[in-house]
Amino acid sequence: MQSLISTSPIFAPNRRSFESYASPTALPSSPTPFSLRFCGLRREVLRLSQLKHRVIGTTSKKTRFNVSSASPDGNGSPPTTFDYDLVIIGAGVGGHGAALHAVEKGLKTAIIEGDVIGGTCVNRGCVPSKALLAVSGRMRELQDEHHMKALGLQVSGAGYNRQAVADHASNLASKIRNNLINSLKALGVDILTGFGSILGPQKVKYGLDNLITAKDIIIATGSVPFVPKGIEVDGKTVVTSDHALKLEFVPEWIAIVGSGYIGLEFSDVYTALGSEVTFIEALDQLMPGFDPEIGKLAQRVLINPRKIDYHTGVFATKITPAKDGKPVIIELTDAKTKEPKETLEVDAALIATGRAPFTKGLGLENINVETQRGFVPVDERMRVMDAKGNTVPHLYCIGDANGKLMLAHAASAQGISVVEQLTGKDHVLNHLSVPAACFTHPEISMVGLTEPQAKEKAKKEKFKISVAKTSFKANTKALAENEGEGLAKLIYRPDTGEILGVHILGMHAADLIHEASNAIALGTRVQDIKFAVHAHPTLSEVLDELFKSAHVNVDEHKPVAV
Amino acid sequence: MSSSLLQPRAPPSLSSSSSISGSKPQWRFTSPPAVTFTRRARNSTVNAKIREIFMPALSSTMTEGKIVSWIKSEGDVLSKGESVVVVESDKADMDVETFYDGILAAIVVPEGESAPVGAPIGLLAETEAEIEEARAKAASAGGSSPPKIAADAPVAASPPSAPVAAPPTPAAAPVVADGPRKIVSTPFAKKLAKQHKVDINKVVGTGPFGRITPADVEAAAGITPVKSTPPPVTAPAATAAAPAKSAPTFAEIPGATVVPFTTMQAAVSKNMIESLSVPTFRVGYPVMTDALDALYAKVKSKGVTMTALLAKAAAMALAQHPVVNASCKDGKSFTYNSSINIAVAVAINGGLITPVLQDADKLDLYLLSEKWKELVEKARSKQLQPHEYNSGTFTLSNLGMFGVDRFDAILPPGQGAIMAVGVSKPTPVAGKDGYFSVKNQMLVNVTADHRIVYGADLAAFLKTFAKIVQEPDSLTM
Repeated sequence: MQSLISTSPIFAPNRRSFESYASPTALPSSPTPFSLRFCGLRREVLRLSQLKHRVIGTTSKKTRFNVSSASPDGNGSPPTTFDYDLVIIGAGVGGHGAALHAVEKGLKTAIIEGDVIGGTCVNRGCVPSKALLAVSGRMRELQDEHHMKALGLQVSGAGYNRQAVADHASNLASKIRNNLINSLKALGVDILTGFGSILGPQKVKYGLDNLITAKDIIIATGSVPFVPKGIEVDGKTVVTSDHALKLEFVPEWIAIVGSGYIGLEFSDVYTALGSEVTFIEALDQLMPGFDPEIGKLAQRVLINPRKIDYHTGVFATKITPAKDGKPVIIELTDAKTKEPKETLEVDAALIATGRAPFTKGLGLENINVETQRGFVPVDERMRVMDAKGNTVPHLYCIGDANGKLMLAHAASAQGISVVEQLTGKDHVLNHLSVPAACFTHPEISMVGLTEPQAKEKAKKEKFKISVAKTSFKANTKALAENEGEGLAKLIYRPDTGEILGVHILGMHAADLIHEASNAIALGTRVQDIKFAVHAHPTLSEVLDELFKSAHVNVDEHKPVAV
Repeated sequence: MSSSLLQPRAPPSLSSSSSISGSKPQWRFTSPPAVTFTRRARNSTVNAKIREIFMPALSSTMTEGKIVSWIKSEGDVLSKGESVVVVESDKADMDVETFYDGILAAIVVPEGESAPVGAPIGLLAETEAEIEEARAKAASAGGSSPPKIAADAPVAASPPSAPVAAPPTPAAAPVVADGPRKIVSTPFAKKLAKQHKVDINKVVGTGPFGRITPADVEAAAGITPVKSTPPPVTAPAATAAAPAKSAPTFAEIPGATVVPFTTMQAAVSKNMIESLSVPTFRVGYPVMTDALDALYAKVKSKGVTMTALLAKAAAMALAQHPVVNASCKDGKSFTYNSSINIAVAVAINGGLITPVLQDADKLDLYLLSEKWKELVEKARSKQLQPHEYNSGTFTLSNLGMFGVDRFDAILPPGQGAIMAVGVSKPTPVAGKDGYFSVKNQMLVNVTADHRIVYGADLAAFLKTFAKIVQEPDSLTM
């Protein structure tokens, strides 16, 4: 259900850096918050300053917890008996995944949510954006007369109804949200409504004054769109992904600040709906987080032929919303010289500069934890680290809030990993096996290292890498669909057959990547996976061919007849 | 990805293009290939710094490549190792990188078109000063006379540019009134402007906040929206200057597709229009070819082609009738050409080119045949040098291989005559003795410029030609 939310390489130096936009003014002393990009989704779970109650659970439940949480006192000492085995703060995809697994493992579990169940992904991110992208994909196809003609189809003028498209997105979000709520309820997870914060070891407060104790706590508060300084978001002409997903209007010309996943996906949507797009990217090239080769191809396929232009190596230092009969005004500054460059006048601006962790008001100071640029520091087992670098017992942080890998499914995987540890099985999630995808048309997906990253690693660890590639042009199914544009790329160790990274651009790339991510997760090597059989004719044969074209210098396992 | 894994290649040199393109990089998805260049010292003037960018060989099986897109545009500054153009080979799309710093002066093969491996696809100038020179060179190369080849065709002279020069002037007028103003144009408007070579600074924006919209650019480029049902009513300043001036408006047939001319086709079109200013006439003549056919059968094994035989025969006849080899350049005089250069029309996918057999009267048949093969090869790979296709003094056009028995050729501007050759076929012929016999007969039809070549001249020339063909022994001497 969940797809990618966001990624952050800041705290994961070995991870690809998808995020690139950085505002020099926002965080002047830090090495730029590359982390902050993706699925635009605000999280207000824990904003204590803003004690809004959004009742989701039932009243009866609430009463029950008020009673049960009365036991502990004295913030310093941990309680000896607990209301819950596990309390999760934040009911996004990460918290949900953790809760489900916890119940399966027999833990008494509660989940605290101060906003809506489902978090960013379901309400303001992956889910509604996929609805819009489904529309844009079809529009694109219907508008492409050449493509249609090649298939022998005749279609007269494709059009769309903006409100109906917007409704499709919001209906999908509410459907998925209800599914999520129902699954939690059905499993007996208590949903506690209100902002949660940590009072002390194993003690959590939620809402105004409800106290509960838990043997273990998971922070899963997610992230919000990052808006650099100088940019005035009015929610109408200057928007973040939160607003844009509502599709309240389709501007004739929109500037998208940031060319990572969010920006790229929105450019796909807007250009399909007839807008012209101008990208503003702080780094010298578009889509800087992608494998360079994939990036180049993406530019050729997703940018150049469309009504898109771009400014690279510039910051949008000031953006003023449209008002008083004036358009949206964007002031660009050279990223290197810091000199003002030019001013753009557009109809709207989408700020897709990444995402910032939502960790304020979590009460982390009560347990001596200092966030790093907002992120909760954790070790490889998601255990929260205090200011001295020691792990805080019984406290974990998963998902965008720890910034390791800002993707919905990564959050969920981290949550499951934590629950495994809580129930007596040591588990460390291999983040290199977590796939990522960008749902443009065609899609882009990847897992593991990019070629430059692999090269760097190879140099450091003194091994050789090889690269194999296959084209969608040679795939029967892709050609049948008249979608031969695409490339799959495998980076591997020729001496051992270990798969280091796989990158795909092409039709259904997001679905194709899992064969590779599973292989990485399970340690399957090239010489083994190349014997796996793929149905013909399917797109999966692109990967089949990819694996078969790799040359490994070890004795290959001969299949044994039985 | 940079050029770290570039295949070693021959350095720029004064060698001919073919020697460089011959290198076969054994690459299969290893690294982006580099564009190959050669320096051409064609003109004696200082143009040594202008390099040609050639279609690279991306795989050992690749014979031609399609330009998927030019990453750089004319006028862009390139630095070594940068991707310049994307080429689709038989296997995949590849980015092609430049080997040199410089400025992309001219794009010779536009996006969407194919070029054989080794054919020039663009020109690279070393400094800005040389851009004009490069363009001029590209322009002059395809210059005045016969159908020219795309390889050196001036991009600047390609069809879209024609309307460009004119329209901005009237359109620019209102702008001036506003005084200096900021130009705002949408991404697609910019793309269109580039595509149609419209100076965006001179387009008046009619969009919101005075911005230049795609429609404004199309108007400035003289393009009327595709869906206009009534014949284009001459709209404001812009379309008035469009090339439609000379062309009448035709009723639109729904569902028709419009394919713009390639540079080569545009050159052909231009030359054909020019030919209308020359008063021409035609004279036909039957030629018996039994003896020629017998000779051909004998020398075929030595690599002699029918084209070479006919060219040689024509050249020998022209030597005796210099006026047919002359041309009328100014309408006031004869220009007698010092050499006999036979241009031979060749159809080349979607185009027409006339490689020239120079001094056809002096070269022997075998050398001529060899030369012809070489020219055809070059024409196919678009490697013909300008002097190899624009120096003809007489043109030969043969459609006999299609079974055409006779046809009428258009005289290329700058030449005195063109010979149209039909098929040679067994024909019953009445002899002087009154008996019928069947002989191989071929009809030739010469079109000539009547300002310099008169009927009797042409008739005499044809008689000589027929005699040479009917007694072809002199051809092999």
